[in-house]
Amino acid sequence: MATETGGDTGFGQVSRAKDVAFRYVTLAATLVGIVSLAILLAYVTVDAVGWLDWQFLTSPPHPDPFEAGYYPALVGSIALMVLIALVTFPLGVGAAIYLEEYASDNLLTRFIQLNIANLAGVPSVVYGLLGLGLFVGLLNLGFGTLLVAGFTVSLLVLPIVIISAQEAIRAVPDSQRQASYGMGATKWQTIRNVVLPRAMPGIMTGTILALGRAIGETAPLIMIGAPTTVFGVPNSLFSKISAMPMQIYTWAQYPSTEFQYGVVAASAVTLLAVLLTINSIAILIRNKYQQQQS
Amino acid sequence: MTPDGGTSGAVSESQRRDTRPAKSAVDRPSSGPATRGDDPVIESRNLDVFYGDDQALHGINMKIPERQVTALIGPSGCGKSTFLRSINRMNDLIDIARVEGELLFRGKNVYDDDVDPVALRRKIGMIFQKPNPFPKSIFDNVAYGLKVQGMTDDLEEQVHTALERAALIDEVEGRLDESGLELSGGQQQRLCIARAIATDPEVILMDEPASALDPVATSKIEDLIEDLAEEYTVVIVTHNMQQAARISDKTAVFLTGGELVEFGETNQIFENPDHDRVEDYITGKFG
Repeated sequence: MATETGGDTGFGQVSRAKDVAFRYVTLAATLVGIVSLAILLAYVTVDAVGWLDWQFLTSPPHPDPFEAGYYPALVGSIALMVLIALVTFPLGVGAAIYLEEYASDNLLTRFIQLNIANLAGVPSVVYGLLGLGLFVGLLNLGFGTLLVAGFTVSLLVLPIVIISAQEAIRAVPDSQRQASYGMGATKWQTIRNVVLPRAMPGIMTGTILALGRAIGETAPLIMIGAPTTVFGVPNSLFSKISAMPMQIYTWAQYPSTEFQYGVVAASAVTLLAVLLTINSIAILIRNKYQQQQS
Repeated sequence: MTPDGGTSGAVSESQRRDTRPAKSAVDRPSSGPATRGDDPVIESRNLDVFYGDDQALHGINMKIPERQVTALIGPSGCGKSTFLRSINRMNDLIDIARVEGELLFRGKNVYDDDVDPVALRRKIGMIFQKPNPFPKSIFDNVAYGLKVQGMTDDLEEQVHTALERAALIDEVEGRLDESGLELSGGQQQRLCIARAIATDPEVILMDEPASALDPVATSKIEDLIEDLAEEYTVVIVTHNMQQAARISDKTAVFLTGGELVEFGETNQIFENPDHDRVEDYITGKFG
């Protein structure tokens, strides 16, 4: 097209119109997401001002919005996360090691692999239903207890932990395994001494990010009958527990505007703060180990 | 881009080798039965290796003598690394690899059902093309095989001795707790050699151990290999023909297609090879 304009150079010019247009299209795509998220965060933070204080973080819920606190939900969520970590880490890493190091590449393995990928995409409310049927109905572990909530959300994030652990294990250079096998090491010795130490930062990062997903889940908790409001912190695996997103959901349904704006905003900011802390820890761990290994 | 397909036309009396029915290799006299009267440590009899449907090695017959350096040379894809890896059954790690024929280590076929490949590899150490130390300390790298094999008595002394024999001790004395990855490429490769000889294997297999190194580091490795041959049987794959000529006692020439074309004393191979194709390869006419 208009390539004749700069004829004085002797070899013309090439139109950049599409380049420029496409650049602004992609920029707009980027901004839509970032800007709306920023606006949301700003609104919530502004609403939370004056509500999010020490009293809020250390008190139990209360019908009076000025007395209401988030303590049981905060502790409940943290207890839930510890339990989920204890369940998913060994199971997820075990499954990943089996699939990457032991299982031969046959139809069955591929079928399992495909299903794990699909399970990672199953809606959380379906896992809630599974938890209700399996842990509450069949195993009789009680409605809305810490144990049932922990197991149910563990099932939900397990595929994510398995997949990220597999990726970490696959990223260990084969030359390292060969060095170990070449020294007459058994498979177990190779996995324990060479593969796992090297894959561990990736495995930990993946697990922590999965925990970040777990902490925000509400639907499965509703399905397994977690109570809408809990006034005390859990003191055993069979305590009924509340969790941060669950409490937010409850408060958002209260008629008074102090709850709908102030208290809910303060809760949301707390939840986001915990989530960001978890993700930062994951990044710190990854950076620390990456430096050590390069 | 004319591999041996083009040059083989020039081969006159050795044309017979070019038709490659796998089993015809039986008639090959493998260039004199184990000279110097010593028993071979490793003997390959009609060894075929397949990757899936592809045959990578065709009826290899070779007798590798004790405490000498045997070099395997040939162009890329000729199967020399495959042969090396079939000796300590590293090919087992590849799902689709399959072996037929016999590979004897001290008279025992290593592919017999009762042979444990892990135990075999404790007798036959291996050095790889790219130095592959673990992201551990220098000490722990050398101690790795010793620990894995439960030989942990006098660990420090054994590590020290291995570093001495690998001609690395002077460069790392006093900083054994530093990471092995902080060493230079040549030092890393000698660290890997120290790691391999720490457990005192009988044979050391080397897969192009100097190809990733600069000339100075290469010459150190070559000196080391000649020293090692006083105590160990060394089998080395190399792309570098001068290197093979310098350090080896015996040379095996593999040519494209996975055939062993000639095997014999290194001097004779380089000065007066039996086969025209080998001469063409060595003088750089192809490959």
